[in-house]
Amino acid sequence: MALVTTLRRLVQNSLREYSRKASAVTWPTKQRSFSIGTQPLRSDNKVTVNFINRDGEKITVKGLPGDSLLDVVINEDLDFDGFGACEGTLACSTCHLIFDEEMYKKLGPITDEEMDMLDLAYGLTDTSRLGCQICLTKSLEGMVARVPESVADIRQTKDGSS
Amino acid sequence: VLIYTPALLFCCNSNELDVNLSRVFAGGCGKASLSSCSPKVCIVGSGPAGFYTAQHLIKARQDVEVDIYERLPVPFGLVRFGVAPDHPEVKNVINTFTQTAKHSRCSFYGNVNVGKNVSITELQQAYHAVVLSYGAEGNRSMGVPGEDLAGVYSAKDFVGWYNGLPSCRELSPDLSCETAVILGQGNVALDVARILLSPIDILKKTDITQPTLEALAESQVRRVLIVGRRGPIQIACTIKELREMVNLPDTRPDMVAADFDGVKEALKDLPRPRKRLTELMLKTALEVPGEKEQERRSKASRTWGFRFFRSPVEVLAEPGHSRIAGIRLAINKLEVSDGAQAVLTGEVEDVPCGLVVSSIGYKSLPIDPSVPFDSRKAIVPNTMGRVKQAAGLYCSGWLKTGPTGVIATTMNNSFDTARSILEDMDSGTLDMSAAKPGSQSISALLEKRGVKPVTFSDWEKIDNVEMKRGESRGKPREKLLTVEEMLPGHQ
Repeated sequence: MALVTTLRRLVQNSLREYSRKASAVTWPTKQRSFSIGTQPLRSDNKVTVNFINRDGEKITVKGLPGDSLLDVVINEDLDFDGFGACEGTLACSTCHLIFDEEMYKKLGPITDEEMDMLDLAYGLTDTSRLGCQICLTKSLEGMVARVPESVADIRQTKDGSS
Repeated sequence: VLIYTPALLFCCNSNELDVNLSRVFAGGCGKASLSSCSPKVCIVGSGPAGFYTAQHLIKARQDVEVDIYERLPVPFGLVRFGVAPDHPEVKNVINTFTQTAKHSRCSFYGNVNVGKNVSITELQQAYHAVVLSYGAEGNRSMGVPGEDLAGVYSAKDFVGWYNGLPSCRELSPDLSCETAVILGQGNVALDVARILLSPIDILKKTDITQPTLEALAESQVRRVLIVGRRGPIQIACTIKELREMVNLPDTRPDMVAADFDGVKEALKDLPRPRKRLTELMLKTALEVPGEKEQERRSKASRTWGFRFFRSPVEVLAEPGHSRIAGIRLAINKLEVSDGAQAVLTGEVEDVPCGLVVSSIGYKSLPIDPSVPFDSRKAIVPNTMGRVKQAAGLYCSGWLKTGPTGVIATTMNNSFDTARSILEDMDSGTLDMSAAKPGSQSISALLEKRGVKPVTFSDWEKIDNVEMKRGESRGKPREKLLTVEEMLPGHQ
């Protein structure tokens, strides 16, 4: 019986691995370097970003200065449903993120073009921004960004005409 | 499939073996068994609704297989045939759809007309679940006399024409008039206006079709009026599209100041998005421009403007001809009770024009008599994507909610339908007790009927041909314009 259970687990695991590899939609190659001795200097440059996902879970990752928050989400393979549909070209509002007041003020000026798209986001707040337009700097170290619920944007009008 | 058979033999003790072997041959698909069948889902329509539904299903369960059927040889629906040529970034979603299509558990079958080549009933027999995502290929009609005159087009057809939809290839709209009137003030109406008035130098670098480009190069249209039933605060377009009109090179705005009476006072009560949109309109319509802008406007060769509180009552023909000479508009006033309603005043106004584009909404059509259809709302009646009184049948996208919303709207809508399907798989509401043949039986049926489906890699060849053709012209692609040219073997 024990043998059968072990074999079953082995088979189930290898099946899962097989389907995981086969079903990869985006699987970034994460290089793991096992260097002996001092850490490479590059890692000092990194900026810690905390995302609160739609289930309220906190996910802590790092990005490089200059990366947009959308870049970070993609590079770290964070699984936010439908995030960044237009791939950072200011043609949608699916990378909508919400910040606390203090962090929001640090994020810098917002262009009309960003605000035009942000205006269409569901659950828009006064401290909302589009993740594809926020670029990391060291001064944003430890920032917290909340991923809001992503129901339809405002252009889905129900004015009784349909 | 090779992996499953030996696995099953190792997974059971001798007591379980008989039971499980019989389950395999009966083909159970429940969560508990490691049998060789898998839930098979069929999706009808390969636009955003179809692809986002597929994406969500494939991601959520490692055993779901999805087949997407599409009437045309080419995928992507309105992303290819609806999004304006000068909005290429909006089409970036094609990359994510392509990943889904190339997934091992997803297959694309183009050139298959569901309802004609194969019935919904046949699909339901072959699949555990069928999802209708075929969108809205019809349009709402104005319902006024003269609507069928030469020179009157639906925005759906006009957009299809400039985007290379094969069924709209012969539209050949007459652009030899000075004034064009567009009914409707949504984003589609603004797209049409922008394409009519954009400098050719801008358009020729897009994937707009060559025949359209040639027609626009000869176009005499210099003035476009975008007409709505209600007032500025009710306008349906959004600010990005309005800003594009305001900034359109070689054009100047032409509005009626009186249309904006009382609007400034109403600003303070508006939510931010509506407020910014209205402010931009007010500025464009009423503000005296600075010197530079004044100069730019004086040099502009084309004009565009909104006309509010107007509804079409009749398209007027040239006496003795069946060509359009103008349009008669009823003048409305706004009654603000529960929302704002347009009410006729009894007065009318005639606007001379040579081109009318009716942009008052797309409309879904019934595909198969066996599928329930609400002809008043022009949708398939459903609850959270589950088609009413039809087990195993689902819908997503515009067919589910009506034809409004952008791609992201459809994405959320489709994820919701996928969630309903997954719930039903888990709860047993979806009957998974028997294995289904899926594309095996449908492919056999289609072959018998002389239908040759186009695969995704066939589409990739078309894609390459189009991009190559576009290269020599400095365009991202030069679209193939007929179904015949798209079929494999033609290239």
